[in-house]
Amino acid sequence: MVASIGNFTLSRVRGLGDYAIFLGLCAASVFSTRRLASRVARSIYEQGFRCLPVILIVGLFTGLVLGLQGYYVLNRFGSEGLLGALVSLSLVREMAPVLAAIMLVGQAGSALAAELGIQRNSEQIAALDTMGVSSHGYLVAPRLLAAVVSFPMQTALFVVVGLIGGSLSGSLLLGVDPGVYWSSVERAVKEQDVRECFTKAVTFGLLTISICSYQGFHAHRIRRATGARAVSAATTKAVVLSCIAVLAADYVITSFLV
Amino acid sequence: MFEALRRKFAGAAPAADKTSALLRVEGLKKTFGNRTVLRGISFAVDRGSVFTVLGPSGAGKSVLLKCLANIEEPDCGEVFFDGRAMDFRRRDSRESFRRRCSFLFQGNALFDSLTALENVALPLEQTTPLTRGEIRDRALEALEQLELHEHADQYPGMLSGGMQKRLALARAIVTRPEMVFFDEPTAGLDPLRRNAVFAMIAKYQKVFGFTALIVTHDVPEALAASSVVALLYHGELCFCGTPSEFEASDNPVIASFRDSPDALRSTLAAVRRGETIGEDNE
Repeated sequence: MVASIGNFTLSRVRGLGDYAIFLGLCAASVFSTRRLASRVARSIYEQGFRCLPVILIVGLFTGLVLGLQGYYVLNRFGSEGLLGALVSLSLVREMAPVLAAIMLVGQAGSALAAELGIQRNSEQIAALDTMGVSSHGYLVAPRLLAAVVSFPMQTALFVVVGLIGGSLSGSLLLGVDPGVYWSSVERAVKEQDVRECFTKAVTFGLLTISICSYQGFHAHRIRRATGARAVSAATTKAVVLSCIAVLAADYVITSFLV
Repeated sequence: MFEALRRKFAGAAPAADKTSALLRVEGLKKTFGNRTVLRGISFAVDRGSVFTVLGPSGAGKSVLLKCLANIEEPDCGEVFFDGRAMDFRRRDSRESFRRRCSFLFQGNALFDSLTALENVALPLEQTTPLTRGEIRDRALEALEQLELHEHADQYPGMLSGGMQKRLALARAIVTRPEMVFFDEPTAGLDPLRRNAVFAMIAKYQKVFGFTALIVTHDVPEALAASSVVALLYHGELCFCGTPSEFEASDNPVIASFRDSPDALRSTLAAVRRGETIGEDNE
């Protein structure tokens, strides 16, 4: 019993250490990898443009639901005029960074983990190493740099679409005056809220993309599975760990910034 | 057929001595858990030769090659390249070795999201200070030498198995390496394609002058195309010499490996006659 707890703890500590080394190698390779800009641009396209539809759809429905729920709660206290503040603060401070990150994990993160896993299986990563090309720099660093750009942009877009969704359900369906709604939004959102939103977006982007990359990159280390099953297990693990990491980091950041 | 290939490509060369060797391996050992795969391997590969390591599946051939190419880390032993001991833990040693050597993987390891031209250009783009134009010219030149220039804009998935093998070789030679490692280059190919691949290796080895280290279990083709052959058996090198010495050897391990088609023929004849076959024959 004690031995198994010890083994479990040691393996987790070893795993964290390995993840830290992986991040260190990725960071160091940024300075030695050639033609990084074009690969960063391609990654921004993959994480940003390709994920636009899901961000727009989820953002819109989140805003619609927030508008509906918010209206009926505020109506009890005769404060429908604060609907814009409720929707905007909920979106900017919590919902947009968290939901956008989870959506991006589902679309871009899972694809990334599977792609790297397949590249590991087909020895493409080993081929890079034998060519003297840093596999961390060529495959992972551009994705991490792209996350720093694409996650805040997607989060901002999520907020805008969510606010429009809240306005649609609050003003168009439930009769809140649009001028009241948008002025309430303007008065409620402060610079500090926006800063918190972007801090979360960047942190979640780096966390999720690094976790997905790490899992895919080391798909060959998955126990009791090889080949396609190892890639599948690595992808599942990447998505689950990323979602947990987003929620845990959200709590930590919020507790520091509130 | 094999005789013709041999006459065409192979020049019987003696095993390399320590001074003329481009690659020298001493006491290489590798263990995975409780399983010892390599038990103190030592050999030398002469510059400009085609050195083939033969052995049955699971003998440790690919692990040996990966230890030499620094994909796997050996437990102990030394690798000397061009007379200098390689310390793969040191970055400069690792980088200088990788600049001078290339590796051709069993499954080719081509990037399926890149075109043939981009695949060949990749090592130049990432490891040399050449301009875009120079890289393109060198990559196209390599593709042309391997008769693939018409497929420069196609993705690896659109090419045949033989073309993919040539594309992988083009990527391996584009950096003008002194040594190329070939990991089971004919795995899963039919006899005609196996011949074609060995002929290709021998032909381009002559054209580009690199030293080739091949691991395979295709005995006739390897004997025809190699200048030196070695036999790896249960993690130990039990033979190293010229193909004619290999063929003349009466070592039972070599004989059983070399004469396996004859053994199969006699086993099948016994089956047809309805005789009971012992475990050794199975």
